[in-house]
Amino acid sequence: MSDTYLENEDFVTFYIAGQLFGVPVLSVQDIINPQRITPIPLAPPEIAGSLNLRGRIVTAIDVRKRLGLPAREEKESMSIVVENGHDLYSLMVDSVGEVLGVDESSFERNPPTLDQRFRDYSQGIYRLDGKLLVILDVNRFLDYGRNADAA
Amino acid sequence: MDDLLSEFLTETNEGLTTLDMELVKLEQNPNDAELLSSIFRLMHTIKGTCGFLGLPRLESVAHAGENIMNKFRDGELSVTPAGVSLILECLDQIREILTTLEATEQEPEGDDSDLISRLNAHAEGGDAAEPAAAAPEPAGAPVEDAADDDEEDELERAFREALGPEELAAQAAAEASAVPDAAPAAEVVELKAEPAPPAAPAPKPAAKKPAPPPAAPAADGGSSVANQSIRVSVDVLENLMTMVSELVLTRNQTLQILRAHKESDFATPLQRLNHVVSDLQEGVMKTRMQPIGNAWAKLPRIIRDLSHELDKKIDLVMKGAETELDRQVLELIKDPLTHMVRNSADHGLEMPSDRVAAGKPEIGQVILNAYHEGGHIIIQISDDGKGLNTDRIKEKCVENNLASEAELDGMNDQQIQQFIFKPGFSTAAEVTAVSGRGVGMDVVRTNIEKIGGTIELSSTEGKGTIFTIKIPLTLAIVSALIVECCKERFAIPQLSVVELVRTSAHSEHTIEHINETPVLRLRNRLLPLVTLRDLLKLTDDDEPEGDEKEIREDNFIVVSQVGTYTFGIIVDRVFDTEEIVVKPVAPILRDIQLFSGNTILGDGAVVMILDPNGIAAATGEIAVADSDLGAHEDRHLTGNDEKVAMLVFRSGDDAPKAVPLALIARLEEIDLTKVETSGGQHVVQYRGQLMPLIPMQPGMELEKEGRQPVLVFSDRERSMGLVVDEIIDIVEDRMNVELSAEKEGYIGSAIIAEKATDVVDAGYYLTQAYPDWFGSEAGKENFESDRSKILVVDDSPFFRNLLMPMLSVAGYDVKAVESASEALTLCENGEVFDVIVSDIEMPGMNGFEFAEAVREDHRWAKTPMVALSAFASPADLMRGRAAGFKDYVSKTDREALLLTLQDTIAELKGAA
Repeated sequence: MSDTYLENEDFVTFYIAGQLFGVPVLSVQDIINPQRITPIPLAPPEIAGSLNLRGRIVTAIDVRKRLGLPAREEKESMSIVVENGHDLYSLMVDSVGEVLGVDESSFERNPPTLDQRFRDYSQGIYRLDGKLLVILDVNRFLDYGRNADAA
Repeated sequence: MDDLLSEFLTETNEGLTTLDMELVKLEQNPNDAELLSSIFRLMHTIKGTCGFLGLPRLESVAHAGENIMNKFRDGELSVTPAGVSLILECLDQIREILTTLEATEQEPEGDDSDLISRLNAHAEGGDAAEPAAAAPEPAGAPVEDAADDDEEDELERAFREALGPEELAAQAAAEASAVPDAAPAAEVVELKAEPAPPAAPAPKPAAKKPAPPPAAPAADGGSSVANQSIRVSVDVLENLMTMVSELVLTRNQTLQILRAHKESDFATPLQRLNHVVSDLQEGVMKTRMQPIGNAWAKLPRIIRDLSHELDKKIDLVMKGAETELDRQVLELIKDPLTHMVRNSADHGLEMPSDRVAAGKPEIGQVILNAYHEGGHIIIQISDDGKGLNTDRIKEKCVENNLASEAELDGMNDQQIQQFIFKPGFSTAAEVTAVSGRGVGMDVVRTNIEKIGGTIELSSTEGKGTIFTIKIPLTLAIVSALIVECCKERFAIPQLSVVELVRTSAHSEHTIEHINETPVLRLRNRLLPLVTLRDLLKLTDDDEPEGDEKEIREDNFIVVSQVGTYTFGIIVDRVFDTEEIVVKPVAPILRDIQLFSGNTILGDGAVVMILDPNGIAAATGEIAVADSDLGAHEDRHLTGNDEKVAMLVFRSGDDAPKAVPLALIARLEEIDLTKVETSGGQHVVQYRGQLMPLIPMQPGMELEKEGRQPVLVFSDRERSMGLVVDEIIDIVEDRMNVELSAEKEGYIGSAIIAEKATDVVDAGYYLTQAYPDWFGSEAGKENFESDRSKILVVDDSPFFRNLLMPMLSVAGYDVKAVESASEALTLCENGEVFDVIVSDIEMPGMNGFEFAEAVREDHRWAKTPMVALSAFASPADLMRGRAAGFKDYVSKTDREALLLTLQDTIAELKGAA
């Protein structure tokens, strides 16, 4: 058992513009339905606002905008809540998929030709049957300080 | 780590901190028996607990320290700075061992014999503390000490060999058997040997059980206060806090439902629930708040050590130690604060000789001041030292390539001073052992900014430096006004809201424009306005997008004040005020200056909290550095105007009477059997002199025995006691004296603590005691011409009436007027005064303006001026000096005023 535990990791998967993404299941706090979100004036455009999740304030981030993709058509969307530092962030995604266990051996590093933003936020790629799973590096995805420095 | 050990570490560390403070106190009051025994008990507890846990090295060090304390306590040794230094050194050694113990859970190897022998030598022979003198094995107590050591070593060895890992369990058992005796810990050590072997095979749970009693020796040591608090992990509190927040939300929802059903059986219990939840919420919030004094606890010791090390005389003044702030924030600012206080003492203050040469008191002051302001905690660290030397800073900048000379030439002093916050900067010519340990002001600034705070500095060369740290309360309940703009709600801290104005085209308040900038006429002043909508770049979906973003006709204006800058924020609607919990925003939003945090409202919605400081800064009206000085002054104007401490007492009838506390030298209870009669007057021997006693009520008979409260008024060598029936309270209140001189001995009456109170004219009773009290100097013809003439300018009749007798008593010829313009009229009329004492907050022309006017007029241009104000902070001081005041004195500080006048006049005479 312990061997398979080492070789397999579980990911919560979700779709953004048809692409399958995954985040480690252990970093996910919650999956939430569309919520009332308070917009935050003057915030970067990809920050959709903040919401109240059982008494904690969660910052909602539009993953599409963060990745530089066009806005989705339907306004409502599911979110995956992750913790970073001591703060909670809800990642607004197109749809949430299943929890997948993947084989460590199917891991690939980012192809160098990948779009800069994708390369920045992707930890690597798993080859699945018929599709590819991009692993989102949550820390880098939410690290705005680093971006600001770069800019 | 073992629970027992970690408990011990925390407790001992706390004990050491207390010891540090108390020892410093002891040095100042060497004869305080209570203090002495409290220190002894603490030391004893530490030693005892060490013995308990089998830490021989710690114990022997503590023991040697305790020895000296014991002799201090028994009066065999007198408390000397050398002795105290030695004990402090001993504490440091203990601390060092503790640190290693904490890291490795093992007592470090090492030799303390040098320190111990010095301690013992001191215990033996007083001041002969040189290590050399102590080299031979001292006799007496030290022998006993050595014996103790041996015994313990032996025990220790026995323990290790016999028990190995079970050691602690065994000790716990040993403890259990020791506790019933409540024996001092020293004895516990001896007891260990016997019960230990049988305890070894005992099963763990049984051995663990007696673990809690470590509190017993502590209690035995007398620190019963410790038993009234318990330690709870922050996580538990945090969790509790979240739960309570949720509970509050649920309650609010329930109440909402209840409103829909008017007649419900749930109404009463839900109301009750409502209150309980509110109380609970408040209680939980409080658990996280701690007084800032906790972070200052180490400072007196640091300053004391510093003053010895640097040969400076330093007085550390701590104000507002009770100001509460979040525990986490407290932890984070501890080190920066310590560093800054060190800096102020080391770099800021000059050597005593330099101070004297510069005409300053020999003793330098470092003042720490903390207070709440607009949802922030302000901490000021100021010194009256030499200030920042901008030329030195410039040189350094060029040296370290921080800026070029050309760049520096274009900067003002303020900008240049900011360079001390740059990495790798130290202005002290030499790096002393004290500061300059590689931690610079840049680290301080980084740390403060990390918790969302700001640090500002203002320095005048030769006068001193003020650092102002502003930290947000990360977790505090704030009352906030909820406003709406473009369908979004925002919270504005109520503290910075001055008033609300509703404007419409037809009402008296209309928004007008100057070149598209909105302004409002408000009570004959033009109020600058900012539009929240524009500021936040909000757009309203409902409104047609037009080029003309005309402000709507109906608007609410939230008039806010930041420092001295008052401005209006235009919003669409204003809702209620609500108590909110300020939560910090996510790190990615921290750059947005306009928000100070966010919060969850009662209905569960998240709203952003607007930061008026940020808005003011964003609208570019004020220079940041000014704002703080201004804000400070503003606090005086609005909040604490003319508050004065009054002693309320009863005498004769039931009506409470009051006298300004500042006039009273002491409160005494005299033994009536000691009252004698002399020349028809009651007198009592008091501090080696006869003090006349004047009954408050004429003809009041003094009892033959018992005790009677007396208010003692003193002036120079003279004292008199005013006999009253009962001292009720000391009340700090705003004074509004209704003047009426109908009754002799009264200034008038005022509402104090919501009761009509007679305000006593102290001067009247002074003349009763010594008919010549006022006339003593006036009577002497040759003195008459010498009497200095003082002009008092104060709008408050109360203070004029307070100052007149006080200054007359002190031998001055006083003239009081109620406004600056009246004073200037006197000047026109050619009157001449030696000193002008002026209030600052006055209607019409204020003190600063008055001073400037006086300075401009050649007739009085040379007359020294002293400012009087309800508060005298360093910021005020600097402003006052800039305006031309020689000094700045607190209204309530009688001594300071008299001293200042004395100095000023002495200077005048000297000059003449």
